[in-house]
Amino acid sequence: MSETANHFRFVATERRVREDRRFVAGKGHFVADIDLPDMRHVALITCPHAAARILRIDKSAALALPGVHYVLDGAELASATLPLMTGLDTPNVPRRPLAHEIARYSGEWVAAVVADSRALAEDAAEAVEIDYEPLPFVLDAEQALDAASPLVHEAHGSNVLLDKTFVWGEVEKDFAASAHTLSLRVKWGRSSTVPIETFGVVARWDPWREILDVWASIQMPRYADQIGAALKVPQTSVRVHYDVDVGGSYGVKRGIKHTVLVGYLSRRLGFPVRLIEDRLENMRGGDAHGPERLFDVDLAFDDKGIVRSMKMRALENLGAYAGRSPFQLGKPIGDIVGPYKINSVQYRALAVVTNKTTQDAVRGFGQAPTNVALERGMDEIATMLGIDPIEIRRRNFIRRDEFPYLIPSGTTYDSGDFHTVVDKALAATDYRELKAERDRLRAAGRLAGIGVAACLEPSGGNATFEALLNPSITTSTFMDSCRISIDGMGAVTATMHTTSSGQGHETLVGTVVGEVLQLDPDQIRVTRADSLNSLPSGTPVGSRMAIMLGGAAFHAAEKLKAKLVAIAAHDLGIPLERAIYERGSVHDRDAPQNKRGWADLVQIAYRSFHRMPPDMEPGLSVAHVYPVPTGGKLPTADGRVHMYPCVSFEFHLVLVSIDPDLGVPEIARYQIGHDCGTQINPKIVRGMTMGGVAHGIGAALYEEFAYNDDGQLIAQTFMDYLLPSSHEMPKVNVVDHETPSPFTVLGQKGSGESGYLGAPAAIANAVNDAVRSLGLSINTLPIRAAKLADMIEQAKSPRANNT
Amino acid sequence: MKAAPFEYSRVADIDEACALLATDDGARVIAGGQTLVPMMAMRLARPTRLIDINRIAALSYIRLEDDALAIGATTRQSLVERSALVKETLPLLAHAVPHIGHAATRARGTVGGSIANADPAAELPLIAITLDATFNVRGGGKTSDIAARDFFVGPMVTALPEGAILAAVRFPVWRGDRIGVGFHEVNARRSDFAFVSAAAQVAMKADGTCERIAIGVGAVTDFPMRLDSAEQALQGTALDDDAVRAAVSQALAGIEALEDLHASATYRQRVAIKLATRAIIDAREHAHGRPPHAH
Amino acid sequence: MRIKLDINGTVQEVDTEPRTTLLDCLRDNLNLKGAHAGCEHGVCGACTVLFDGEAVRSCLMFAAQAEGTPIVTIEGVSPGPGELSPIQDAFCETHGMQCGYCTPAMVLVAHALLADNPNPKREDIVDAISGNLCRCTGYAQIIDAIALAAERLRGDNRPAELRS
Repeated sequence: MSETANHFRFVATERRVREDRRFVAGKGHFVADIDLPDMRHVALITCPHAAARILRIDKSAALALPGVHYVLDGAELASATLPLMTGLDTPNVPRRPLAHEIARYSGEWVAAVVADSRALAEDAAEAVEIDYEPLPFVLDAEQALDAASPLVHEAHGSNVLLDKTFVWGEVEKDFAASAHTLSLRVKWGRSSTVPIETFGVVARWDPWREILDVWASIQMPRYADQIGAALKVPQTSVRVHYDVDVGGSYGVKRGIKHTVLVGYLSRRLGFPVRLIEDRLENMRGGDAHGPERLFDVDLAFDDKGIVRSMKMRALENLGAYAGRSPFQLGKPIGDIVGPYKINSVQYRALAVVTNKTTQDAVRGFGQAPTNVALERGMDEIATMLGIDPIEIRRRNFIRRDEFPYLIPSGTTYDSGDFHTVVDKALAATDYRELKAERDRLRAAGRLAGIGVAACLEPSGGNATFEALLNPSITTSTFMDSCRISIDGMGAVTATMHTTSSGQGHETLVGTVVGEVLQLDPDQIRVTRADSLNSLPSGTPVGSRMAIMLGGAAFHAAEKLKAKLVAIAAHDLGIPLERAIYERGSVHDRDAPQNKRGWADLVQIAYRSFHRMPPDMEPGLSVAHVYPVPTGGKLPTADGRVHMYPCVSFEFHLVLVSIDPDLGVPEIARYQIGHDCGTQINPKIVRGMTMGGVAHGIGAALYEEFAYNDDGQLIAQTFMDYLLPSSHEMPKVNVVDHETPSPFTVLGQKGSGESGYLGAPAAIANAVNDAVRSLGLSINTLPIRAAKLADMIEQAKSPRANNT
Repeated sequence: MKAAPFEYSRVADIDEACALLATDDGARVIAGGQTLVPMMAMRLARPTRLIDINRIAALSYIRLEDDALAIGATTRQSLVERSALVKETLPLLAHAVPHIGHAATRARGTVGGSIANADPAAELPLIAITLDATFNVRGGGKTSDIAARDFFVGPMVTALPEGAILAAVRFPVWRGDRIGVGFHEVNARRSDFAFVSAAAQVAMKADGTCERIAIGVGAVTDFPMRLDSAEQALQGTALDDDAVRAAVSQALAGIEALEDLHASATYRQRVAIKLATRAIIDAREHAHGRPPHAH
Repeated sequence: MRIKLDINGTVQEVDTEPRTTLLDCLRDNLNLKGAHAGCEHGVCGACTVLFDGEAVRSCLMFAAQAEGTPIVTIEGVSPGPGELSPIQDAFCETHGMQCGYCTPAMVLVAHALLADNPNPKREDIVDAISGNLCRCTGYAQIIDAIALAAERLRGDNRPAELRS
């Protein structure tokens, strides 16, 4: 691809993002903006206990209030609907929109009130009387493993939902043969993506057409099947609208339980029903928490720091129920060795239920925690051997000429040039000067540290980890699609088949179609289908849309171009190979004056059918369904599987400075080296990286869904769950490198996750570098300022206090 | 997250507000609303009536009254932030105000509202305690004064008499050539409520000794505290670093500090000593016309 | 209760409950959907409007309290249908957004900042937007947008009253 990289017309240029115009004017189309006639509003009643049996629900006072239409409880809903789909086969861990008989976490939704306004619904919610019998509960994952602990789901017989051990290669042999080993324990605190827009959904059942229309702020709108299954209606009776702008997601916006709830209410009550989570409902019971993970890592390496083997045990605290969340232990298998040449790996994926809020997918799908474990390990090796942490990584990196590279767990990495990216980053920031700056800060009494982290961003969304963790799943590819039509007047429309939550997919499609057809992308209308008229889409997950939607758009445009060329060649009476397409017209290579322009071709296709090649469909409309490149494989018997087609690479270099008395880590410098192949829209790529870094800073330093010993979520508002503001975001310098993927249409790779995959590890390493001289090792995220200061103080005492 | 129903009364003067307050036990006064409204949205506060005092023009002012700067209760924090008079006469207040919330909340939040709300970590109560402010209170047709030290009685609890409304705050103005101030706070994010805050104001003599000193610490105890014993110990000294540290340490020894998700009690107690020390040293340097130390 | 609100230069009468916040009133009574609910407790800033020219949170004020004070919402910023103010255009130029949810508030904060300080330093911009959470962008391209808008507006040769 590289030789064509310079020949793009629109790809890889600084074009504007077409979606932006509506957003700056406040004219986005978010779910809360949808106002349907007779629409009613839902408020939720939540369980105040960590676990409790629901003894009695008295709705009478609530129902007597004016403007109140209904109070739905879990018993009615459970009798009328089926449990929600789960990723693992765990029939005794049913998941439902409202707690049925037993509520299993504080904040779980117990009943839903429907009223003329949200405020009235909240009034009525207060009037519903519920008697609970508090039950024993368990919050900690390690305790949940203990057979003596309370069972979250009695019928399941244990708290363990997943316990699978994989051994890829000669792990014990490699450990025995290595001069050194090292163990560490890393803890990733419970955090999530927490978009500024909560989840919302509007549902309207039309009994005459037998269609449930759904508008939702959903990232993964390919869920009409799940809605239909739960409501026991055919999938063809569910129409999910994909033209709703989603106010941020980064993984979590998959509100199946919300949708089934309002879908049921709309059918039951005969009017449109809307649920827009308020922030408390969202934080406590929106089932949108993210990983909370404990790692035990053993590394085996030689005197030079070359890592031969790794054992990793990952224990995930899922919360009370599970949809797809256990799979977040599976995706890291696709790059379990990161960018390193580790010969063999043992990986134990262990997931337990506890009495905390349920999780959903978070940016990177489980890899940001895993990367912290791996990158902390690399730093510990560097420290143990007295080698520079960058040098240790260089020694272990896969080299440019070793791609495609097969890792022990079965994925083949496509391409990369890690050494060059690191070189560029170090040159851009002047690593020697950075060290000098750190030393100056130290001399001035600060605790200062440099942290580095490398990370891979597997991209393309080939989620074969599903089959790896649940053998009853046999899905081997995850396609995406695009339909392009040139209408009878010559205007071009391209249709995508999913929602967007800020990734600029309309711009992506317009740019790629414009590139192929050599037309101004701004002249191409981009629309969205709904679930009843859509082609297959895997939806925007796994850093896949540049590759998958871009690939589908590319191939659809190529098909359309081929049709135009065929029509012209036939009409010109020349062989196909002499017909040359250029900017919308086709000419004879040997006689360029002989040509058919855009209007001619449209005229032939739509009206002058007698001039069409025989057997060709009239009109100019094509579709392409694109499978994941390199996909199509299921796991082997020994637990190996090829996952994503591409890996992007990012290298983070951070200088952190800490006032030893106060403990607040301040990020003084931040340098990134980034390689995601061809950047279809560099503005979008830059934003993805910056947003990922900010999200990663949050996970590293600020964000945690903390619980008290009573099982109450105590970080349930934005006063306590701390999202980084502009004050906390440093100026980040990014230097780009471009190693195109050989497997994608334009050489592109994914870019939505690297910032988040690298930042927590880099910051953790920087803080460790800062406090290492005190004998401290910080392996728990988030690193809270006051806690850090307490640890520093303890390490320093009994030395005298300084101000 | 919608407030429970209530009646709304916009009043034209403070006595009308007091009269309404007297007739309705569940009534509450709303000024800037930056704390009250979210409490109402979460239904942690549920007044039956809101008495809106924002339009009482007579309650919004910043003016010199004898030896004090008087600030009306509904004066916006943003107005204080921009006031040249405040910068000139109450440099400590000027230092602290930009730390309150964000620009958007200071645009609505009022001086009286923050003080009457009495959050242990709020900046304005700390400055009021440190500078021995007097609160002018109106109720039952009468006006009275309450000293800041007597006003705060617990977290979010004050000695404001039932049916009374805070009308103004009078901050004593220190006069002299060598007045210095220092203010520090620490928090997770820069605009959050402080884990610990500290304020100091000093008047130095020409001979380099301290003529007068006031030290306050916020966010550590139920309400901001004055470090009286440290003030006594330091008055008349040159405020040497070591002496300051020792005096502050002694004053804060054995206090029972607050603890929460974000910071332990030992953190608060320890860092209170550090920040109070820094604030005093900053104030000393400021008084001597020198730039603050890098701490 | 019936109240009169001065929104984007027009006084409009609405019938609403005292408990209705300005945010809900704008969205539900006046169909001005550009102010967004993010947290409804005054932290995220997505509901920002200009209240007498100052950026404030419309979730922290009841609609009844807003009577008599000029309010500008994002809908009042565009010069005309399909047209962008220089600040809006700068946000498009740098791609100072992703999902668009916090964006109207950011644009309004930028308007308030640049009206007050036509030549802001980077830290002024950072400080001005620090009360508005964005989860997508990491703020970098928002900061770029406001700096670009400032630069362009300084070069603006239109009469002051026509600038925005």
